[in-house]
Amino acid sequence: MKNIAIIFKRELASYFATPVAYVFIVIFLVLSGALTFHIGAFFERGQADLAPFFNFHPWLYLFLVPAISMRLWAEERKSGNIELLLTLPISMIEAVIGKFLAAWLFTAIALFLTFPLWITVNYLGSPDNGVIFAAYIGSLLMAGGFLAIGACISATTKNQVIAFIISVVICFAFLLSGFSIVLDFFRGWAPQYVVDAIASLSFLTHFSSISKGVIDLRDIVYFASLIAVWLYANAVVIEMKKAS
Amino acid sequence: MIEIENLVKKFGPFTAVDGISFKVEAGQVLGFLGPNGAGKSTTMKMITGFLAPTSGKISVCGHAVNGDARAAKRQMGYLPEGAPAYGEMTPAQFLQFIADVRGLSGSHRTERIATVIEQLHLDRVINQPIETLSKGFKRRVGLAQAILHDPKVLIMDEPTDGLDPNQKHEVRELIKGMAQDKIVVISTHILSEVDAVCTRAIIITNGRIVADETPQELIARSPSGKLDDVFREITLAEHLS
Repeated sequence: MKNIAIIFKRELASYFATPVAYVFIVIFLVLSGALTFHIGAFFERGQADLAPFFNFHPWLYLFLVPAISMRLWAEERKSGNIELLLTLPISMIEAVIGKFLAAWLFTAIALFLTFPLWITVNYLGSPDNGVIFAAYIGSLLMAGGFLAIGACISATTKNQVIAFIISVVICFAFLLSGFSIVLDFFRGWAPQYVVDAIASLSFLTHFSSISKGVIDLRDIVYFASLIAVWLYANAVVIEMKKAS
Repeated sequence: MIEIENLVKKFGPFTAVDGISFKVEAGQVLGFLGPNGAGKSTTMKMITGFLAPTSGKISVCGHAVNGDARAAKRQMGYLPEGAPAYGEMTPAQFLQFIADVRGLSGSHRTERIATVIEQLHLDRVINQPIETLSKGFKRRVGLAQAILHDPKVLIMDEPTDGLDPNQKHEVRELIKGMAQDKIVVISTHILSEVDAVCTRAIIITNGRIVADETPQELIARSPSGKLDDVFREITLAEHLS
């Protein structure tokens, strides 16, 4: 536990030691604002909610979260630091969790900085703040899912660009599996339970139900187990690839 | 004490380390010699617990590296090849991080950090990001990290690589100064270094030990009295056979 905290602290500080943190936060805030107001038609809808804001989060995360996760292990392997890190009296799983949590808290900070939108919508009308709160929780869980995938992919390569592209593709697959286009493709020939299984893997299905204000235990279990499985895979991949 | 028994490491069909056994006692400075690709670094990576051996046993101060890895790692300080460190950190931050991981606290922590900064002359660059430092300083930061917790066992992969002659001399003096009650294992292909700091030399070729004696005994083998000639003779003979 103490070791996780030490790794976590070092990692988080490293985001802010380079321009990475500031670039990410600024881009995230600008894009989420632009999408909400222009494409999401926040004002024109005339509704006091943040649906136009949260609807874009899966797509925003699709590109921005792999940009955070790509360096997690690829850089560690490229610089040779992994040899230092894993010969310190720290276990692999502590290193994996510490790094993941730092990246997750970092995205949480970026997400938190969108609070002016929440204030704005309260100023303009009287939204259901419970729904907005739930959507924030859902968004954070989804970011965690994207990050866990990205962390694992980052461990497979020394090249951050490759880590980024593969992470985007895999995250895209996890998003799309809830879309009717994809599901229709399977519906024609696959049994219903296969279609349901594919749909239930989707980030969108789980995120949209949380963002409607329903914090269902199943959705939380989904994201928690998704994160756990990918982090476990992350540790396995490092173990396999660290010699090369 | 380090005990190594029948250590083997295979990467696919390639055997990097092929049945190495030896023991090192406290007070010894062991020099690992051998041509590039002989298995020196791989052996060190297995001793420090970075790579798992294909077969064989390693124990460090009574702790099995593939059993109780954490206890074994606590006893060791390690300078990996190329002295990696987190580039965006300053030496001060980096040493604080290592002190956290090593569980140093209170006045002992402050004193150890001050000592290694002084021993390796890092005070001038202590607040500069490591990635902006010269190769010599980077190497010294790596050394500082390895000796910070005053380990019983010190393992260094090419500790003087990239240093100028004065710095080399200083690092060698540092190693000699620490050696009385410790086990020090260094790998190098600078033969004069072996003569200067090591009390024992092991020559490895193709993953096997081909010589294990004091540097003086090695030198005595050659009519010319040069370690280089002995090294060439031993490693080339093995290569041809």
